[in-house]
Amino acid sequence: MSGGVDLRLRIPASAVALKGMRREVERAALAAGCDEQLAARVVLAVNEACMNVIQHGYRREPSGELLVEVRHAGGLLTCRVEDSAKPADFESFAPRPLDEIRPGGLGTHFIAEIMDECVYGHLSGGRGNFVEMRKKVT
Amino acid sequence: MPESGPYEVREMGDYRVVLLEGEVDLSCSPRARKAILDSLESGCPVLVDLQAVSYIDSSGVASLVEGFQTARKRGLRFALVAVSEPAMSVLKLARLDQVFEIHPSLQEGIASS
Repeated sequence: MSGGVDLRLRIPASAVALKGMRREVERAALAAGCDEQLAARVVLAVNEACMNVIQHGYRREPSGELLVEVRHAGGLLTCRVEDSAKPADFESFAPRPLDEIRPGGLGTHFIAEIMDECVYGHLSGGRGNFVEMRKKVT
Repeated sequence: MPESGPYEVREMGDYRVVLLEGEVDLSCSPRARKAILDSLESGCPVLVDLQAVSYIDSSGVASLVEGFQTARKRGLRFALVAVSEPAMSVLKLARLDQVFEIHPSLQEGIASS
């Protein structure tokens, strides 16, 4: 991995594990040169990606695990979340139109709004899924 | 406040004021949702005070949207007051700052009724 991994964190697929994850991602984003506002937004995007896995990938089954990685190189911050849940249907991840005022569906909108690029994919051998989010850091 | 405890709800005249605080995330948003919906269940107008919210994610925002929709169905007033900067940033990201009734302070929220 070019530039090395600034953060590699394994957390259980549990809502209570998110708080500690956010602290670590914030620290890595600030160390990568994000200002406080951008770091807060990156934290929100990574949190939403993890929430999607917990709620939809593992269907709130806490025995699952997530791998969260943050790295930066060449002015690019890359945040990656991997899971070992069943292969996801990424077509269903499209953000909803914001003029539909309803409770759900904001997470993918937040990710798309905050990050410059977001790639979803399946891990080889049916081992799970990943989302890789990239943001230019000036 | 213990993480498993309820959010504080104050009765202020005709109003129920729900005081959210700390990090309103996936682990806490069910309690936020319950506090808001239970308050609306009383038939009172509801103000949600976000002054002490340091973080809110899409699940917390969803609790606010559900409160907004429930209040509208019942013809009750529902407004956000004293929205912290971190919470306002997320509401703006969702364009919900243009949807919710928002007041700078609890006093102004009550006075504007």
